[in-house]
Amino acid sequence: MTDWIDIGTLADIPQRGARTLQIAGEKEIAVFRTGDDHVFALVNECPHKKGPLSQGIVHGHSVACPLHNWTIALRTGEAQGGDKGCTPTIAVRMEGDRILIAPPEQARAAA
Amino acid sequence: MDFQNNAGPETASEEALFMPSDDVREHMVVVGNGMAGCRAVEELLARDRDRYRVTIFGAEPHVNYNRIMLSPVLAGEKSFDDIIINSRDWYSDNNIELIAGDPVTAIDRAGKTVTSQSGRTVGYDKLLIATGSDPFIIPVPGKDLPGVISFRDMKDVDAMLEAAGKGGDAVVIGGGLLGLEAAHGLTLRGMKVTVIHLMDTLMERQLDEAAGWLLKSALEGRGQTILTGANTESIYGDGKVEGVRLKDGREIPASLVVMAVGIRPSTALAREAGLEVDRGIRVDDHMVTSDPDILAVGECVEHDGNVYGLVAPLWEMCRSLADGLTDRHSGYKGSVTSTKLKVAGLDVFSAGDFSGGEGCEDIVLRDASRGIYKRVVVRNDRIVGAVLYGDTVDGGWYFDLLKREEDVSGIRDLLIFGQAYAALGASGGGALDPKAAVAALSDDAEICGCNGVAKGQVVACIEKGACSLDAVRATCKASASCGSCTGLVENLLSVVLGDEVQSGPKTLCKCTSFTHDDVRREIVAQNMRSIPEVMQLLHWSTPDGCSSCRPALNYYLLCALPGEYRDDQQSRFVNERMHANIQKDGTYSVVPRMWGGLTSPRELRAIADVVEKYNAPMVKVTGGQRLDIFGIRKEDLPAVWADLNAAGMVSGHAYGKSLRTVKTCVGSEWCRFGTQDSTGLGVRIERMTWGSWMPHKFKIAASGCPRNCAEATIKDFGVVCVDSGYELHVGGNGGIHVRATDLLCKVATEQEALDHCAAFIQLYREEARYLERTAPWIERVGVDYVKSRIVEDEAGREALRSRFLYSQSFSQDDPWAQRAAGADSELHQPLEPPMPFGAIAAE
Repeated sequence: MTDWIDIGTLADIPQRGARTLQIAGEKEIAVFRTGDDHVFALVNECPHKKGPLSQGIVHGHSVACPLHNWTIALRTGEAQGGDKGCTPTIAVRMEGDRILIAPPEQARAAA
Repeated sequence: MDFQNNAGPETASEEALFMPSDDVREHMVVVGNGMAGCRAVEELLARDRDRYRVTIFGAEPHVNYNRIMLSPVLAGEKSFDDIIINSRDWYSDNNIELIAGDPVTAIDRAGKTVTSQSGRTVGYDKLLIATGSDPFIIPVPGKDLPGVISFRDMKDVDAMLEAAGKGGDAVVIGGGLLGLEAAHGLTLRGMKVTVIHLMDTLMERQLDEAAGWLLKSALEGRGQTILTGANTESIYGDGKVEGVRLKDGREIPASLVVMAVGIRPSTALAREAGLEVDRGIRVDDHMVTSDPDILAVGECVEHDGNVYGLVAPLWEMCRSLADGLTDRHSGYKGSVTSTKLKVAGLDVFSAGDFSGGEGCEDIVLRDASRGIYKRVVVRNDRIVGAVLYGDTVDGGWYFDLLKREEDVSGIRDLLIFGQAYAALGASGGGALDPKAAVAALSDDAEICGCNGVAKGQVVACIEKGACSLDAVRATCKASASCGSCTGLVENLLSVVLGDEVQSGPKTLCKCTSFTHDDVRREIVAQNMRSIPEVMQLLHWSTPDGCSSCRPALNYYLLCALPGEYRDDQQSRFVNERMHANIQKDGTYSVVPRMWGGLTSPRELRAIADVVEKYNAPMVKVTGGQRLDIFGIRKEDLPAVWADLNAAGMVSGHAYGKSLRTVKTCVGSEWCRFGTQDSTGLGVRIERMTWGSWMPHKFKIAASGCPRNCAEATIKDFGVVCVDSGYELHVGGNGGIHVRATDLLCKVATEQEALDHCAAFIQLYREEARYLERTAPWIERVGVDYVKSRIVEDEAGREALRSRFLYSQSFSQDDPWAQRAAGADSELHQPLEPPMPFGAIAAE
């Protein structure tokens, strides 16, 4: 079983926004909260030119990269429309208001 | 009263004449605190600030407001504050005593005094009557019933709003300009409206039968009932109005009746004082009545047999009046008038004489599917009249040709198609086909500079099946970033695919079937107040929009509701959310404001300290005359801002769809060629305009002479100083497509330059589409349109200017200071690293 990591509460993340999370030795993670209060975690890099996805506009279950406006699906990390590329995702679980993510080794294994 | 005389001790006798003991200047008393009276005083002050001491009496308990804007107030598009022309500060700044809510009831010409309703008697040296006009009330039974009102002042609007709040039926008697505006406003307010018009054609004084019919059909399409050829017999009701009975026996129930059949010059006061009065108060070319110490101006006067009920003649009268009072002799020569009306998005224009008759020829264009009708009446190769419906863009041009009595025989064949075509025909160049120009490009010609896409790639992706703009954007990225090549891509689509292009009116984004203009209009018309409300009422197809529509909606709401709308940070592009410019490595650059490009040792030291303290790898001088500090991490931004704030610097908004910089040259203070203080002017412009959010970025420059070292003619708004004043230029762009500015106008004073600048910005803010720079906007609407709003329509310009300044009163808060003080800190700080990883991270 995975040892889930508690990273904070839903209220720590603005609706239709994101916060970043730095875990030592790992790539920066972007934790997103959508308009309908779903939470997703992805590596904070666009597959296109590594733009910080955490700074993009969150709409539906997608985020638009702030550098060149690629749209990335938050659930899969896949680029949308005609663009090709994928950002690694990190599993997220909610426990009440607490946000839990899978540990980095798991994320790497999944990616 | 807010404007009591603040002079020192007064003797009893002086008090009776209301004259301060220390002011021996001639006393000018103005009867009427409306658009004519106040404008006359403004014109007078502009010529000779100190010559007269001024007292203004007004019947209404308000400062001077723009009466023509009562319709938008009724329609809910504007508030009363939006339509104020002269604020209380104007009166006090100019030492004008305002006695509002106390109409003058008598003039004693022998004793040279006026007496007001409250019994106040004031002496005058010069008296100006500007009483305007009274609504004409048709003498039918029931005209005095409660619920029967006119449409003339704020009190009437309040009465209509109160009635509309209860819903039900309304009847508007009169299908002229005023009546239709009242009907439109009441319809928007939810009432069921019937318009009763005596004549067979709506607005028969301004429109011919064809245009009147188009207008009638369109208004009926909006749910109004329009009865033409309908004669009111009586208004019935028991204790209050219950309906209107027509001569033919029909009865129309109504809880509100608005009488808007016309206006009459308000001449009772002048007549009782024994002045010569015919239809209006008779005046000479300097607006002097039959008594040399009494002048009159505006709708209440009759000049050379003519009475005017429109605003443009009024401005001309005020100029002649002020000239006469300050010993200049220009003389009013009468006015030729035009009417431009917009009801619920229906554009109507008319000018001159379109009754036809002997020697007149009609040139007519009808486009049924677009609902357009244009008619130009020509006599002896001169335009004598014009009626436009549906497309009034060329109204100003026709009116100009008409006033100048220009010979149009050379452009006659193209006249009806408007100025753009006529100009092409006259130059002999023939119309340019933009598609042919795109087809002629080589395959490696770059189409999209942002994403580096050449024509060959775009054509290839179209040939592989991308048959719409969106498909092209998604596949090869052309026009997917800044969008400035959208027109090129669309032309390529039609060159490659011919009629197979999937198009239609271009919608705001994929989430809606509405265009930018539709959305904007509905936001105002339906008084929408938040992004979710817009999405709900306009049937958005996505739950919370996309990265195209959310910033646009956020801006449109911000612009429509200054001081009320709560900015949605999550609908801002990253740079506007972070108040800095994101760079390719995810760090930010920071540009503090340097007013007019001026700086000081203290500011430079603070910038140098920030660069060292935060290890900024690069500092660069920008094209807008300031310094850009690169490589700042988002976590450090608030601290950087705090340090810059401490040295007195604020955000330069180098990241925003907003005022960027005001570039200046040194001007007359230092330069041997300088004609005016361009640096000082630039600083004053920047102080007025900084912090305003706009459809796109906006750059200003002020050059001190025509050598134009500040490059003002490629800016959104540019001032080029000359010996005799200030040339104002608009719509320039030094970006992807270089475009030189169009000359807007030339003005004599710095204040006028500032006023025009504010009005132009507000017009752009209110009417350009989001992410549309001034250059493409002006190419779309035409510089003549901009001139008609900013140069030719003085009242409109003033209204725009005051809306801009009102909006600015909420936007000139330094966003950096707010963030440095801790606002929105979650945008800058990462989440706390979890244990045990946090412990590792800390080492």
